[in-house]
Amino acid sequence: MTFKAFAASRAGARIVGAGTTVAVVVIVELLIRGGVINPFIVPLPSAIVGSIPRIVAEEHVLQRFWQTTQEIVWAGLLLTVFGIGFGALLYRFRLLRMACETWVAALAAAPIVLMYPLFLVIFGRSATTIVMIGFAAGLAPVILKTVEGLAGTRRVLLDVGRSFRVSPAQQFRKILLPAALPAIFVGLRLGLIFAMINIVGVEFLINFGGLGQLINELAERYDLPGTYGAILFVILVSIVFFDVTERVERWLRPGK
Amino acid sequence: MTIATAAPESRLLDVSHIVKRFPTPEGDIVAVDDVSLSIAAGEFVSIIGPSGCGKSTLFNIVGGLLGGYDGKVTVAGETVSGTHPAIGMVFQEESTFPWRTVVENVAFPLEIAGIAKAERLERAAHFVSLVGLQGFERRLPAELSGGMRQRVAIARTLASEPRILLMDEPFAALDEQTRLLLGDTVLRIQQELKQTTLLITHNLTEAVQLSDRVLVMTYRPGRLKRTVAIDLPHPRDSEVLSSDAFGHYVAEIWHDLREEASRGIVDAESRVRAGGAKR
Repeated sequence: MTFKAFAASRAGARIVGAGTTVAVVVIVELLIRGGVINPFIVPLPSAIVGSIPRIVAEEHVLQRFWQTTQEIVWAGLLLTVFGIGFGALLYRFRLLRMACETWVAALAAAPIVLMYPLFLVIFGRSATTIVMIGFAAGLAPVILKTVEGLAGTRRVLLDVGRSFRVSPAQQFRKILLPAALPAIFVGLRLGLIFAMINIVGVEFLINFGGLGQLINELAERYDLPGTYGAILFVILVSIVFFDVTERVERWLRPGK
Repeated sequence: MTIATAAPESRLLDVSHIVKRFPTPEGDIVAVDDVSLSIAAGEFVSIIGPSGCGKSTLFNIVGGLLGGYDGKVTVAGETVSGTHPAIGMVFQEESTFPWRTVVENVAFPLEIAGIAKAERLERAAHFVSLVGLQGFERRLPAELSGGMRQRVAIARTLASEPRILLMDEPFAALDEQTRLLLGDTVLRIQQELKQTTLLITHNLTEAVQLSDRVLVMTYRPGRLKRTVAIDLPHPRDSEVLSSDAFGHYVAEIWHDLREEASRGIVDAESRVRAGGAKR
């Protein structure tokens, strides 16, 4: 394989990505061992990796990983149903869109996580509170990108549908929705990122549930390698969700 | 008013006294003014005119996409209001569905008509091969050239088996060579299916190459200025371009069109000047 072919290949990208990560880890390790970075602020990467078997066995990190994942899945389902639904409504009813779009955009910038006491009062100290905060935090981008995607559907595609006398339901299902899918998935990915940040953040704040609570506990004990090890699992959740949404999008919209 | 007619007994499409106005802050603009024409079954008619003469407005009116006009459009005596199953439309812009394969695109109207999947894919495959795209059935539009995508759009419209094929500058975005070859494909299909066709175009060569009659439109307001019957032999293909008769027809139509195109350019320049003066 030539260098040009390697550079253009998916495998090449994966190897370069993994290689870059390993190089950064090695550099950080060397900087800490050389005394450039304080080991009481950033633990040795080797110590972080070494802590993983311990947090798996003693801190039940895999169960907590699963709990956080479930919360994100629920928030994601709510985002998909209500976010796309509200977005479609705003697209369909122009007056509603003109009335609400600015408020929805403002919601995107609102620090929803600070409203956790209100959610605690409504839903109690439970997974429901965490899921609902994640859902509220991720809702705005899903709505906005859904509206953008539907409104951005090329006029000629709608005219093709009209020329074949599609019903309004067929127009939505067979033209508008597939045409808007790339934008909707951008919204869903953003929404899931906001949801995940807030879910882990609220777990941390109310000391309940999955990885956020574990990070809180390990940080309280000043177990820095364990804390960073748990953070690695949060990153893993993010990678899993990014990969899943990408695969679902490719399956639903092969022509993208 | 100019009436461009086919023999009364064979008329399939009748367009009578169409007037379309668009309201603007400066008053109504008459885009199409008292246009009447008729097309016989199996006939290929082109409407040619300069940019801004109301060709596409007429396309949308005949296709049923545009309402709010005076006059009447009838298909085999039945008045058309809105889109009609007898009229199939091919658009100027790239209009394939990018998320559907070639065969799925072509099967779209059959899917809308509720035909079972196996049957519609089989019928769609027939129209895919009719436009010469056999072997590309499973490809996505993004993998095809512009000319191939336009052939998919034509096959999709043909799959709905319209009595009248209505095309709005379908080759406008293509290079000259592809345009000529695609013209051959359209001619072959038209002759094979005896497909009644109304083509909207601003391309002289294309109009003469493909048509039995060419209707010349005036620049704003769009009226029919003249009808030119093209008496070139059938079956016809792009080889006809080299004949003396072809050159004669092109020159004849250009003689009428030149004046209208010049008016269009002068009008566009005066509007730009007026816009500059306002600023």
